[in-house]
Amino acid sequence: MTRYIINRLLWLIVVLFVVSLITFILMHLVPGGPWDKEKTLAPQVVEALNKKYGLDQPIIVQFGNYLGGILHGDLGVSYSFQDRNVTDIILQGLPKTATLGVVAFILAILIGIPFGMAAALKQNSWIDYLSVLFSTIFASIPGFVLGILLIIILSVELHWLPTGGWGSVQQIIMPAFALATLPAAFIARMTRASTLEVLRQDYVRTAQAMGLRQRVILTRHVLRNSLIPVVTVAGPELAALISGSFIIENLFSIPGIGRMFVNGVFARDYGLIMGSVLFYAFAVALINLVVDIMYAVIDPRIRFD
Amino acid sequence: MTIATESARPHHTLWGDAWIRLRRNRLAVAGAIIILIIALAAIIYPFFSKYDFASQDLNAILQGPSSAHLLGTDELGRDVLTRLVSGARTSLMVGVFTQIIVLGIGMPIGAISAAAGGWVDNIMMRFVDVIYAFPDILLIILVRSILGGSIYMIFLAIGLVNWVGIARLVRGQILSLKQRDFVTAARVFGGSGGYTTMRHLLPNSLGPVIVSVTFNIPRAIFTEAALSYIGIGVQPPTPSWGAMIRDGYNVIFAAPHLVLFPAIAIGLLMLSFTFLGDGLRDALDPRLRR
Repeated sequence: MTRYIINRLLWLIVVLFVVSLITFILMHLVPGGPWDKEKTLAPQVVEALNKKYGLDQPIIVQFGNYLGGILHGDLGVSYSFQDRNVTDIILQGLPKTATLGVVAFILAILIGIPFGMAAALKQNSWIDYLSVLFSTIFASIPGFVLGILLIIILSVELHWLPTGGWGSVQQIIMPAFALATLPAAFIARMTRASTLEVLRQDYVRTAQAMGLRQRVILTRHVLRNSLIPVVTVAGPELAALISGSFIIENLFSIPGIGRMFVNGVFARDYGLIMGSVLFYAFAVALINLVVDIMYAVIDPRIRFD
Repeated sequence: MTIATESARPHHTLWGDAWIRLRRNRLAVAGAIIILIIALAAIIYPFFSKYDFASQDLNAILQGPSSAHLLGTDELGRDVLTRLVSGARTSLMVGVFTQIIVLGIGMPIGAISAAAGGWVDNIMMRFVDVIYAFPDILLIILVRSILGGSIYMIFLAIGLVNWVGIARLVRGQILSLKQRDFVTAARVFGGSGGYTTMRHLLPNSLGPVIVSVTFNIPRAIFTEAALSYIGIGVQPPTPSWGAMIRDGYNVIFAAPHLVLFPAIAIGLLMLSFTFLGDGLRDALDPRLRR
């Protein structure tokens, strides 16, 4: 187990290295530079700025300098937010992106698992059909579209909630819900399928034959066993949720990391682009690792060595 | 003899069988019909419309639906229905052309990886893993910024990032098919590597590839809409549903229909493709064959 985790962490470092290398090359291939603003700067000024930030050196040297900085926890400087470093900017966006992601994920579980369970326990009833129908629809309509519909209904027509921004509880309801529907749909589908499977198992029939109460059977035998496959979808969904938050942040004007990346691309702010890409790649890889370890915790049959 | 032939199951090919099963699936048929209607409208409607997607009428801005403008007008007095239909053309083009690029890159790489094995396979698949670890929308935005310019570059940017799924799929399919008896039989009877690949391996992996493409199309359509919404997708005056949402959002309180219609259009088209994909998956799964 320990060896498995160490291997995975080493692989994570390799992935992040290659991701940062590719991003570094790509963003320097983007035409234009950080100093191309509305008013053109004098060539001497650009030269001086390039020299100050080391942009006059060969790309490979710049990349080396950048990696050196990362090892010290320094993600470099931002060119569009003068006198601020990327680490600070990321740390400022992180709580917003993370809060949104976690709230949406909890929402997805709270919606997905009960609906999936109910559908399975009452197979072929109206609640089953309804849950299957909704999970099919929500699994294919992007949160972006649902977010727009929510804004039109709840903000424009009913004036119940603000259209966007960050800071109050009212402002997180719509983006979290828009982000939660897709994973909720997948979790509901998976819960339904695996519960149906568990209900047919011999140990459930044994428990019923022994005269255990239905509630005990459900909580002690069915729920625990049917949740194992759910974790397998929930994990990747959480990772997808983090990258999905990118467009939701832009729709709801949430100053998270997704918006910073867009601003960074527009401003050719190399440091900001690198920082946000690395953040996303790191977060996704880390979540996947944690999920894989969780399998072993939940299901003792899974062993990694 | 007569009894035997009568009781025998009527002969169907895999594709004939799949077609019968697909037609029985109501949601898949509904999805296919909606896609066809949208595609036909995108092709035919411009010939019938009184309006052009770019022509402005500043005397009729931000109007609600009326008999002159069935879905109203936008902030520049352009006919929303005409723009919506032209946007459908953009979306469908994105869906089709990105998948051509995805197949053109993904299938050969997956097939070569599976056929070569060893270190070639290892390096290729590790590379695929890294691309997988990339948050794809961010990578597409970067590639898009490099390629710049025309709508074709958007296809290229999305295609260049999304091929890894197909490559993995084709590789896995071929590796598992290689173990099957009919492939061994073909080799034993003297079929060359190229022959078995073209005659047996690729055709048999086609089913899952078609299903995967059907699911990839709505993703690509959404990616284009998201790019255009952010402002780095299709450039005006070419209409795109994402760009319509972006423009309409500024006046959402005055004219919510400008955002509502393109949003519904995106949702409807994506839903139709997913229903069709679900149907195809069920229809093409040989284990469900009766």
